[in-house]
Parts: sequence; C-alpha cells; structure tokens
Amino acid sequence: MAGKTLFDKIWDMHEVKTIEDGPSVLYIDRHLVHEVTSPQAFAGLKARGIKVFRPQNTFATPDHNIPTINQHLPIADEVSRFQVDTLTKNCEDNNVTLFGLGHPKNGVVHVVGPENGITQPGMTIVCGDSHTSTHGAFGSIAFGIGTSEVEMVLSTQCIMQPRPKTMKINIDGKLEEGVSAKDLVLYVISKLTTGGGTGYFVEFSGSAIRNLSMEGRMTVCNMSIEMGARGGLIAPDEKTIEYVKGREYAPKGADWDAAVEKWKALVTDADAEFDKVYNFDAADIEPMITYGTNPGMGVGITQSIPTLDTVEEASQKTYLKSLDYMGYAPGEKMLGKPVDWIFVGSCTNGRIEDLRVFANAVKGKKKAEGVTAWIVPGSHQVEDQAIAEGLKDILEEAGFELRQPGCSACLAMNDDKVPAGKYSVATSNRNFEGRQGPGSRTLLAGPLTAAACAVTGVITDPRTL
Amino acid sequence: MPINKFITLESTYVPLPIENVDTDQIIPARFLKATTKDGFGDNLFADWRYNKDGSPKADFVLNKPEYTGSILVAGKNFGSGSSREHAAWAVDGYGFKVVVSSFFADIFRNNSLNNGVLPVIVSEAFLAELFAAGADNTIEVNLETQTITNKATGKSESFDINSYKKGCLLNGFDDIDYLMSVKDEIESYEQNRA
Ligand code: SF4
Repeated sequence: MAGKTLFDKIWDMHEVKTIEDGPSVLYIDRHLVHEVTSPQAFAGLKARGIKVFRPQNTFATPDHNIPTINQHLPIADEVSRFQVDTLTKNCEDNNVTLFGLGHPKNGVVHVVGPENGITQPGMTIVCGDSHTSTHGAFGSIAFGIGTSEVEMVLSTQCIMQPRPKTMKINIDGKLEEGVSAKDLVLYVISKLTTGGGTGYFVEFSGSAIRNLSMEGRMTVCNMSIEMGARGGLIAPDEKTIEYVKGREYAPKGADWDAAVEKWKALVTDADAEFDKVYNFDAADIEPMITYGTNPGMGVGITQSIPTLDTVEEASQKTYLKSLDYMGYAPGEKMLGKPVDWIFVGSCTNGRIEDLRVFANAVKGKKKAEGVTAWIVPGSHQVEDQAIAEGLKDILEEAGFELRQPGCSACLAMNDDKVPAGKYSVATSNRNFEGRQGPGSRTLLAGPLTAAACAVTGVITDPRTL
Repeated sequence: MPINKFITLESTYVPLPIENVDTDQIIPARFLKATTKDGFGDNLFADWRYNKDGSPKADFVLNKPEYTGSILVAGKNFGSGSSREHAAWAVDGYGFKVVVSSFFADIFRNNSLNNGVLPVIVSEAFLAELFAAGADNTIEVNLETQTITNKATGKSESFDINSYKKGCLLNGFDDIDYLMSVKDEIESYEQNRA
C-alpha cells in the first residue's frame, strides 16, 4: 500500500464518519471566530435553542471592522460598532474566549492564533474567513468556511466536507537576496492562476520552503487560497516546534513532550502520491508585483504587463476589463509607474518580521512626497514588539506612522479606505476591484517592495534601493 | 433550518460573461456589516450595478429590462476570493435559484448549496452557446435527473452533484440537521481520541 500524505494523515485522524458518495464529518480542533461571519451563525444557534458545543475550542477576536487609530474610543461607525458588540455579547452568552477591542491579545485573527499557541501542528482549524489557510504553516489542516459551516462547528464541533484532492508544490533552491516569501507565493499563483488550485489541498515542500521563517511560511500558506486551493500546509520541523514552544495556549510540561513526539510524525511518507505535483526553482523568482485585478495577475517587477496575444482568446475581454480598471495597457513596463498609497499589514504581511523588513529598508530615508502610507501591525503583540524594538521610532523618523492593529485597508470595511483611482502598493492578499475602497487600484507586493515604492513614489525594484 | 426545496426549474436567465467574478464583486465588503441574512440581494454586484449616487448603471445586465429570470449564467471561475456566505445570500436574495458556470470556486459552491442555490457546472462550449442566445431563451434544470437543457439549441448536458447534497436539496434539509442527529457519534469520537 502506498504511503500517506501529511494531509491525508491529519484528515483521517479527524474523520468522525463518512457518508457514502458524500462529505466526511470532520472533527474540528480549533474554531476561530471574528465579528463579520459569525452573527448569523450565533443567531441560528439561538433559534435552535442551543449553546456553543465546545466553547473551550473556540476563540474570538474582532478585526475586520475596527479602526486603527484611537481604539480607546467607541467605534464611530454605528453599524460596525453593533457588529463588534454583537460578537462580545455572543461570546459572553456562550462562554467563548474573546480577545476584544483593546485586549492585549486583540488583532487579526490569523495573526492572533499562531502567536498565542492556539494554532498547533496536526490540528484541524477553521474560521469563517478564507485566509484561515495561514495556520497550515504549522502543519495543520486549516481552511476557511462559510457562515452555515460556522454554525455547524459552533453547534457540533464538526463540519461536513468533501475530501479535497492533494497537490504538492515543491520549490527547491535559494531565493535571491531581496526576494521574500510573498514574492515566492505571488510567483506560484501567477503560474497556476487563481483557479489552478481549486479542489485541492496543497502541501508546500522543498528547500526554499524549509529555509523560510515561520512568518514566511505563514505568508505562503495564507495566499494558497488565492490560487483557489482549499488550503495549504507545510510539514512541521524544528522551527515550527521552536515557534510554538512557551506560547500561552501551547501544551506545557509532560504534555509538551508528548505533543512534540506526535508532531515529529507529521510528514508525508516518501512513497505517498499526490493528485498533482508542481516543481519550481527558487532562483527563477524575482520581486513580484501585480498589475491586474486578481492575485494571479502578477509579474516580476522588472517585467512588462503581458501583451494581449499571450492571453487565451476567450479570456481577452475579461483581461482588458481588468487592465482598464487599473488604468494600464498591455505591454507597459511596471517599473516607474506612480504610486499614491502604501499599505503594510494584514494577515499576509502584518507580522513582526514584515515590519522589521520595512523599517530597515526605509531607515535613514524619507517617505516620498505625495505618498500616503499606513503601516498596520497585525496584532497588539506585534505592535508592542515593534515599539520595543525601536521600529516605531525608525518609521516615524522616515515619515511613517505605525497605526493600531486590525485588518485595516486590506478590505474596505473599516475607516481605512484607499480613494477611487489611487494606486496602492499593498502587502495584503487581494487586488480585486474595489477591495481597498470603491475604485481603488491595488498592486500586491512584499514588504520590501512596498518600502522601495514608499520612498521613491514610483514602482521600484527593491534590489536597487 | 429548512432551506428551499429544489426539483426542476425552467427560466430565462441573466448572462454575465465575465471570468473570475470574485466575492468582492458579488457583494463588496462594506455591505458585510449586517447581523442578519436579509437584504443582501439589493447589493448584489453593487459596484457594477449602481453609480456612486445610487442610481442604476444602464449598461449593467441586471439593469437591462430584457434580461430576467431566476438563473444566473456567469463566466469561468465564479465566486473566487473570500469565504463570505454573504455572496450566496446576495445571489439567493436577488432571486437566483441556479448559477451556471464552467467552473466555481470551492467555498462559494459549498455556500450556495448550503443556501439552496444550485451551482451547475457546464462545459465551456455549452456556456458559450448560452451567452450567444437571445434574452428570451430559457434553460431547464432538472436536479432529479441532473440535466441542464439550453432550449434554444435543444442541447442537454448532465451535471455533477454528490448524492448527499442532492438529497439535501431535494428534501430541503441541511447539514446542521444532519450533524445534530449524529451528536452521539461525535461525542464518542471525542472520548476515543483522548
Ligand atoms: S487582514 Fe485581510 S485577508 Fe486577513 S483576515 Fe483581515 S480582511 Fe481578511
């Protein structure tokens, strides 16, 4: 019998039962909850007259709606405030741990889970949020779910899921200086397209992945949803274990030793077969930037926007519509194009390592005239650490402001919106039309590229900084 | 909660020949602040459908009076992006019972099924013929036999749906009802793994 993939091992351990020609009943170890996708689910529970089944496995934090300045004041937008208050009330009624606004553990849900040791190898983790895939960086099966499914997990700690197919994306070799995890994943998505991973759960492997820090691995797994994949995971290793160790919700003492023993078995067997395999060479990757309105529309920063003849005929209309929205034309060079806005943050690149990279790159330089920049930590812990490490001072000297944590300009749901027509180089994950505000134009990139653009005011290769 | 029962449907349809329609287009994030499932249909495709002042954009298909019906026909890779079920609520709330495309994003497909909206996957060629037909053309969808028919061409295709989900739609029950009914098994799983 052929061996098993890491994905299959974890899935099998969590299957309560399977329905013939139907989904599996999958047991969920950790359920993360935020304010946007949960109110209707809690209301559903109420309508059934039941409470949260396993509140100890459920953790909540508001992040999408919250302002990133003056968090000590009540949220000004009444509807946002009501949604955040509804989360508080639902958590109180159901005994669910809540890291509310102003709580030292508050932050973007996918930053909060790992940094508190809530995310651990071998677990099944869900959240009503597609970027739940982030947690796969620890060797867990983590994926986003809809609100009906949130209600399922709240009421039974289980979810009905068809078993996805498995895909391996192997990246060997060494990333060039100035090329980050974000560039790596934008490169992969540009090759697979936004639908290339649909129906699959991806395991990332290879020396380029192994060499990434935990933060970098989270960036990669976070973006796996942007190629349509159900999620992405990376087998745990010493780095993973070292990262989890000592965090508040991580196992302690003898439990820790037992857990580590189990985690070491979380690898894909050498003779396991994947439904699909891709191989890439890290040396082929340069800093990436997107030019269109989905994350698959990315190129190396020194490249040009693809010409029309490289696009399939049936897709040309959509392609031109997308470029038209961006105010670009096929064949144009990306370097030197004007930039109005910089957003550093989100569950993709809002961790301490990202802020360090950005701060070190702008150190001793000045923010370009006319550029508005929002530097938003992914959580309070990231914010505190950035202050303690002196990053805040470096940023301020260079003309940048470190804001308070939240989803911020990653999605246009709170006060941080990019105005119509403006070009925003963002370290977040989606460049959809209007994602950062109606009419806003988003160019996805890594934090180092964002820094290069921030100090020059135009699209700039960070390797030339 | 009982969802809409679904068996067969014949209807005109609204064509949206755009690929990769993402969830931020289906329902922009600023409309996600509600705490109920109501009213999302009014904001379906809001940024394509309305001008800044709230007036309808005449050239968007939902605002063209000749296009009607409870079936949406969309380009390849419909529903990519976020997990927001609000997208399915918006499609449902507008009155669509079926979405036809040659490819759907996973989460959107799950979310639709959980709300009694049937995603039907057809071939590229079948889709192209639907886009090419006139506004008075109709589609017939039969869930029992898993077939979809383009009335203009008379051509039919069969579509896939797993038999569990098919049963849910035909009978109007949902996954939570099922999971609640196997709670004993869930509890014994918890005990055995500990
Ligand atoms: S930072 Fe962006 S992608 Fe991440 S959870 Fe918040 S809104 Fe979603």
